[in-house]
Amino acid sequence: MSATDSLVSVPMRSRPIFGWALHDGFVVARRNLIQTVRVPELLFFSLVQPVIFVLLFAFVFGGAIPIPGADPTAEPDTSVYRQYLMPGIFGQTVAFAAAASTVGLAEDMHRGLIDRFRSLPMASGAVLFGRTFADAARQILVLTVLSITGFLVGWRINDGVISAIGAFALLLLFAYTVAWIGAWIGLYMPNPETANTAGLVWLFPLTFLSNAFVPITAMPDWLQPIAQWNPISSLVLAARDLFGNPTGIIGDAWPQQNPILYTLISCAVLIAIFAPLAIRRYRRTTAR
Amino acid sequence: MANVIEARDLVKTYGEVTALDGLDLDVPEGTVVGLLGPNGAGKTTTVRILTTLLKPDSGTATVAGFDVLRQPDRVRSVIGLTGQYAAVDEYLTGRENLRMFGDLYHLTPEYVRTRTTELLERFDLADAADRSLRTYSGGMRRRLDLAASLIAKPSILFLDEPTTGLDPRSRLGLWEVITDLVAEGTTVLLTTQYLEEADQLAEEIVVIDHGRVIAQGTSDTLKDAVGGNRIEVVVVDPAQVSTAVQALTAVANGEVIADAEERRVSAPVSGGSTALVEAVRGLDAAGVGIADIVLRRPTLDDVFLTLTGHVAEEDAA
Repeated sequence: MSATDSLVSVPMRSRPIFGWALHDGFVVARRNLIQTVRVPELLFFSLVQPVIFVLLFAFVFGGAIPIPGADPTAEPDTSVYRQYLMPGIFGQTVAFAAAASTVGLAEDMHRGLIDRFRSLPMASGAVLFGRTFADAARQILVLTVLSITGFLVGWRINDGVISAIGAFALLLLFAYTVAWIGAWIGLYMPNPETANTAGLVWLFPLTFLSNAFVPITAMPDWLQPIAQWNPISSLVLAARDLFGNPTGIIGDAWPQQNPILYTLISCAVLIAIFAPLAIRRYRRTTAR
Repeated sequence: MANVIEARDLVKTYGEVTALDGLDLDVPEGTVVGLLGPNGAGKTTTVRILTTLLKPDSGTATVAGFDVLRQPDRVRSVIGLTGQYAAVDEYLTGRENLRMFGDLYHLTPEYVRTRTTELLERFDLADAADRSLRTYSGGMRRRLDLAASLIAKPSILFLDEPTTGLDPRSRLGLWEVITDLVAEGTTVLLTTQYLEEADQLAEEIVVIDHGRVIAQGTSDTLKDAVGGNRIEVVVVDPAQVSTAVQALTAVANGEVIADAEERRVSAPVSGGSTALVEAVRGLDAAGVGIADIVLRRPTLDDVFLTLTGHVAEEDAA
């Protein structure tokens, strides 16, 4: 019996028309989503942080952060800030999806799972497609819980269901995009502990140097262009638009004028850069 | 018998460190070859190159006739790999793990289902099949890990230190499973730093150190190369060690080694029990009190010490 004979004796599936990438990506995504269900603690704590942010900003900072463009003669109304705040929290939360990809891949590498996957005759990007897809899909649940919390503190969808669905779709696309950046970082991590820190550290400046919590007009002049071109700002602004929430004063910069288009372009460009980089790294990496 | 694994002049460096320094390896079909060496000898690097995980700086290798550099996908479809870690998913159940790997080998769902059940039973995991791996012991994880690498019935199996970190009972269990696989005709390349393990499982042993093959042969040929039997004596009185050396030199066919601190004297001899009797008489005549005396065959430890000038276990720590 030669090597190839014994291979034939195992019944194989026929190759799908579009190759194996989709099938293999789905198998890996299913695995990652099962993890979510099996470790409810993890999901719970990933929900707690944004919920705490909603409550903190709504009740602690809410009265202190004025929203330019809101009627200045009216009684100070904290519900205006809460309407303004929620899309910001949504934007920040989906951006943090990247950290899950970083930690998840660092753990898989550490446990030798990446080595095993790489020794299988599977599509080589599938582990990363599955991971990023699952990490973005998990955000559906997170956004649902956040929306309910927001609703309880006075946030409302004011511009119809269709626009709102568009806003959520844009948020999920963004989650998927940053998951690729997180995946790329994760494949460079020497161990899961480092990944825990490195996965988060770039996300704080990224999310705070934006219009997520404070209006860009309140920032120093030299920071304003950075915040205006930050894709998080356009994502949050687009979401405010689509939910019919107050937007504050919109800057002259092109991304501020065309937030939906700029967000879509940013996602496309970032995926086009980081997906190939991550797959390239995946093909070369081994456990240490 | 044709070689199913052939490596020629493999070189791999990591910066300043040379992991492989012109390694050659042949594994004939249906045999178990043990790659033996201390940590850092290049065992894992060799396995990673042969399983397409790592590209060598130079050199060539084929597995089942496929070039590991040019036909990695063909290689991947005929091999199974069990690494140093139990590379299985913590949160899935045993069955879900096997199903996932079966799906990724692109086997039909019906086949994956029957093969999964078969493997779980064979590896004594049927009762734990539908429990999350977080409830598994180390030995159970390793068995599942091995089962995962067998899901597509690979004809060539790479086992990279499969029993490292296992307790003796689990180790014996795993040895049994590996022996069964070999009986069914699977070709196995096994790396280990346990000399006993190579002795137990492998027909052919390749000893490597600093990325090169330094010796090769069956366990018996390697032992013969080191020399025949040895007589080892522990004396009662440390002061008598030198007297014991003198007495044993008369029966020895080589240099007699003494360790005063341990009160141990070791002498290579040509005969078997006759030499032992002579040694006892000689020591008795010299008035040496014997605490312990044995005649022993050389172990692979001796082989390693002779070949490399250092003990395998020391490096392993």
